[in-house]
Amino acid sequence: MATVSPDVTSAPTTALAAPLIALVGNPNCGKTALFNRLTGARQKVGNYAGVTVERKEGQFVSPKGQTWRVLDLPGAYSLLAATPDEAITRDVIAGTRSGEAAPVGLVCVVDATNLRLNLRMVLELQTLGVPMVLAINMMDLATRRGIHIDTARLQAALGIPVVEAVAVRAGGERALLAQLDALGWTTLPAPQTPRPMERIAQASVEDTHRRVGELLATCVTMPDNASPLTARLDRHVLHPVFGPLILAALMFLVFQAVFSWAQAPMDAIEAGMGALGDVLKAHMPEGMLRSLLIEGVIGGAGSVLVFLPQIVILFGFILALEDSGYLPRAAFLLDRIMASVGLSGRAFIPLLSSFACAVPGIMATRTIADPRDRLVTILIAPLMTCSARLPVYAMLIAAFIPDREVAGVFNLQGLVLFALYMAGIGSAMVVALVLKRFMRQSAAQPLLMELPDYHWPHLRNLALGLWERTAIFVQRVGTIILSLMVVLWLLSNFPAPPAGATGPAIQYSAAGTLGRALEVVFAPIGFTWQICIALVPGMAAREVAVAALGTVYAMSQTGDELSNALVQLIGHAWSLPTALSLMTWYVFAPQCLSTVIVVKRETNGWRMPLLMLGYLFALAYGASFAVYRAALAWGG
Amino acid sequence: MKSHRQPRPAAPHATRPVAAAAQAPSVTTLDKLPVRATATIREVQATGHDGGALKRRLMELGFVPGERVQVLRRVFFGHGPLAVRVGTSTFAMRKLESSLVEVVLA
Repeated sequence: MATVSPDVTSAPTTALAAPLIALVGNPNCGKTALFNRLTGARQKVGNYAGVTVERKEGQFVSPKGQTWRVLDLPGAYSLLAATPDEAITRDVIAGTRSGEAAPVGLVCVVDATNLRLNLRMVLELQTLGVPMVLAINMMDLATRRGIHIDTARLQAALGIPVVEAVAVRAGGERALLAQLDALGWTTLPAPQTPRPMERIAQASVEDTHRRVGELLATCVTMPDNASPLTARLDRHVLHPVFGPLILAALMFLVFQAVFSWAQAPMDAIEAGMGALGDVLKAHMPEGMLRSLLIEGVIGGAGSVLVFLPQIVILFGFILALEDSGYLPRAAFLLDRIMASVGLSGRAFIPLLSSFACAVPGIMATRTIADPRDRLVTILIAPLMTCSARLPVYAMLIAAFIPDREVAGVFNLQGLVLFALYMAGIGSAMVVALVLKRFMRQSAAQPLLMELPDYHWPHLRNLALGLWERTAIFVQRVGTIILSLMVVLWLLSNFPAPPAGATGPAIQYSAAGTLGRALEVVFAPIGFTWQICIALVPGMAAREVAVAALGTVYAMSQTGDELSNALVQLIGHAWSLPTALSLMTWYVFAPQCLSTVIVVKRETNGWRMPLLMLGYLFALAYGASFAVYRAALAWGG
Repeated sequence: MKSHRQPRPAAPHATRPVAAAAQAPSVTTLDKLPVRATATIREVQATGHDGGALKRRLMELGFVPGERVQVLRRVFFGHGPLAVRVGTSTFAMRKLESSLVEVVLA
């Protein structure tokens, strides 16, 4: 960026340091890809104040050296908002969203292959009198499909600058950058807010459609047929029989992959952590600090970090399916089943995200218009097995389920994992059905969901999305989890055992006392006091339970066993019914502070999160009790 | 029982007691359109309780009078949602919203 300094001086002195612009467009127009292209990794991902709608802001420097701040607004079909998502877009553009500055100008992003739908909102936005640029994205696809767009004529007809863009190609944003430099938005007076939003409702939809029709007739030539790839794929993907089979096969593949592909990198991380511990052991004098570092920090955080590969694979699949346009098809296929328990097919996407983490899943419910549907989806989202539970399952499965083939192709461990996921889904459906009975059922809800054309998922966008998720996970390991591990280590080491004590030191510590107290409650479902201790820090983040077990067991064993893998340890220490009971507990896994906090923020109060906690605890306890007792009876 | 789900879309455009008696044989609603059949939108109705919001949204998405529509798929033996092509977009719709779209068979 050093070469740009001469130009900076030529900029008007009254210019804003970094004017704020916003990307706005229909869902599926490639807006976020363009945002990624403009900003690269210089993004801040957070939430809009008071709601959990994801807020993405980034920065970039245009060729003339001007720094811009850019906001990636949630996709919307209209400014007459039908969902919480669209309401954010409306309010930010209007300048009425508290805590958000109104953007000085809008970059309207449209999909070149679907101008008929996309241009309508552009016309609607034009009625507001906000400075605008139209970026026609996916020009490469349009050209390949034989769609020709006369941008000069479109620019003249619309009266706003029109540029072509290919967000997925390097340099595909160049025309937009040049246009931004030419606009003089930096010297505009502060935007007049609130903007005249009442004009949106006044504009007749039929008129805007007619205008779009005229614009298309004069500026665009296109072949009659739809995307041939989409038509060909949809013939199978939406097929009444093959469609659901393809969906089931895909989901099965995802979960098998999570278990088998992740093995090598997981082994590598484990080995790395072990080596790090050995180095510390060799170079530090024996004492409390060494013990804290090796057992608390490396042992604790390391045992969670090891699941990073699985989380990356799961998120990778979800992002690729989302990017390709498959997810709405899955929602379409599942809509009827979802409707039978009173949910919208749209709930599929938030629920699928909840397999990675309930927090983004609950955030994704913002696309559900009906408040009741949305609430039920939020309440059952924690029943989808999130990646934080994967460490617990993975450890228990590795310790108790033999690694062998079933019927030649399936891995038994993979099958058990699949069954655990299914148990979560099954109970979610039952809970939704019960909630449907108890909550006043509002009128039937529309689905009305676009099935966009298929696209090859773009690697760079995929990588950026994965990077975002990975960073969040590692950050969690580095902050919440690590600090809890240190606290747990302290609780497990103090007070020190009395002189002449015979049992492991942790028995006499504060954590041991707490675990023993909880054991009274959890003994009927087969939990040992070590598990009870681990459940406590597991409140903050579920995966911490594994780390905590690592810490607890590392210290409750004598020196020789310290280096033993946790898997071997618990394989010997626990009975099979206990392991099954703990697996069942984690199907419901009521404890997760971040989820509770998100639900509280999302539902504006403590009622729903407490209700959720209550029902999850009751279910977890009841189901674990049943499984434990059944396993005991069956086994002995 | 779910009263809003009618048994089968067997004879789609035969018996429809709508006011438009003049074009009676060819006027139907989108949800009753056979798969692959193409039709032209005649009118979009409002549902009673939402102040016309759903009608407006349907129209925003391209379901405007005069536009051609085609049902691409039905799942669950006609009891599930439809995949509908309108303009250059495809939408998944339930019976609730597709029954608001009155069409004339081409």
